[in-house]
Amino acid sequence: MDFVFIFQTMKTLLAAVPMTLALFFLSIFFGGLLALLIVWMRVAKNPILRNFAKGYIFVFRGSPLLIQMFLVFYGLGQFGFIRYSFLWPFLREPFVCAVLSLALCTAGYTAEIFRGGLRAVSVKEIEAARSIGMSGFLLVRRIIGPIAFRHALPAYSTEIVMMVKSTALASLVTVWEVTGVAQRLISQTYRTMEVFLCAAAIYLILNFLILQAMALLEHRLSQHRRAVPRLP
Amino acid sequence: MWIIEVLGFGQQGWGGLLIAGALMTLCVTIVALLLGAVLGTMVAWAKLSGNRVLSALGNTYTTVFRGVPELLIIYLIYFGGSGAVTAIGRYLGYEGFLGLPSFAAGALAVGIISGAYQAEVYRGAFLAIPKGELEAAEAIGMHRGLRFRRIIAPQVLRFAIPGIGNVWQLSLKDSALVSVTGLADLMRTSQVAAGSTRQYFLFFIAGGCLYLVLTSLSDRLFNRAERRANRSMPSSLGHA
Repeated sequence: MDFVFIFQTMKTLLAAVPMTLALFFLSIFFGGLLALLIVWMRVAKNPILRNFAKGYIFVFRGSPLLIQMFLVFYGLGQFGFIRYSFLWPFLREPFVCAVLSLALCTAGYTAEIFRGGLRAVSVKEIEAARSIGMSGFLLVRRIIGPIAFRHALPAYSTEIVMMVKSTALASLVTVWEVTGVAQRLISQTYRTMEVFLCAAAIYLILNFLILQAMALLEHRLSQHRRAVPRLP
Repeated sequence: MWIIEVLGFGQQGWGGLLIAGALMTLCVTIVALLLGAVLGTMVAWAKLSGNRVLSALGNTYTTVFRGVPELLIIYLIYFGGSGAVTAIGRYLGYEGFLGLPSFAAGALAVGIISGAYQAEVYRGAFLAIPKGELEAAEAIGMHRGLRFRRIIAPQVLRFAIPGIGNVWQLSLKDSALVSVTGLADLMRTSQVAAGSTRQYFLFFIAGGCLYLVLTSLSDRLFNRAERRANRSMPSSLGHA
């Protein structure tokens, strides 16, 4: 084992971690907002909204992220009305395209996860809230939202780990995050194993930390479910 | 009309190549799923064995290959595999670079990833078998091989179908990443077609639609398999 090389590789790769994290946090944030919108449409009574949401979820969950990313990155620039619009300075940037396609894709998966959470809210709880006069936004904010979110958390943390891994695809649209830098190092040095181990360690640590944080959140959100410790 | 021409099957059309690419994607995924089934069974067995070393190995396998980006694993297998093949070639007296064929590298990489997910599916399915059935089999004197064949395998397969369906969908989408090794799968073909006609939007939409056809058809297939496997259990919960 060549420790000098591993140390150098680690240093180069760690410099790319902020880019991976930026992709991750931005796409989780925007994807989450979009997912809320989609899930609202998905459970709406209006058949147009409902079918639009169904179609959205089907398309974005059924096709590979890479093709969606290429569609955004190469496909949008093809149209004059986009290239001459005020959006072009943003959509020209590979980083923006990567975040956009990651967010669009995760919104499809997250909407289904949130819907699963909504279905886990028991009808009795909603009836109880209605019977004391809660309705509309208050009902969602106080009763449905928190309960659904807590039920959705385990599946959502899986989706979040998937998103950490999905940020790797941004390297294929020339955003230099950890996997892209690792690939460049591999093709420069041909020392596949060492570079892979370093990059894998970074991703595993990231995922471990994120899962740990999610477990902590879940623990804190389900305080009322644990037995109260008896006083001596 | 030009759309029909570029997407059609004529001289200027890319339709035939796109279909061929879709078939290639299907081939890679099927080989990967079979490879993953073998690996997954072994890893699940290692994790359930109760032996500390074996279960630690199994846990490492599933953690690493589920926690690291698929693209990185494809790079590892493609570049690392080519390095290994070259080293073996040199040992046998062949000078120069030998590459791992991109189909083999892609199927191996996707198979290894799929194996990690399948291991968890099989482990969960095994744990879903009521303990009493295993004890009953032991009590009437079945030995391990027979118990595996008559009691464990049929039930694990039945419980595992929904999970395998999910893994299949994952692998189908992971197989798009194999295009970075230059394999002419659906992703790569749409990319080449888009690049040479400058019709990026059209060809990525067409490629995406073919992926949707593949995922929705296979979804239907797995639902049917699930219904068929559960036909003797009319009252089971969560049926397809």
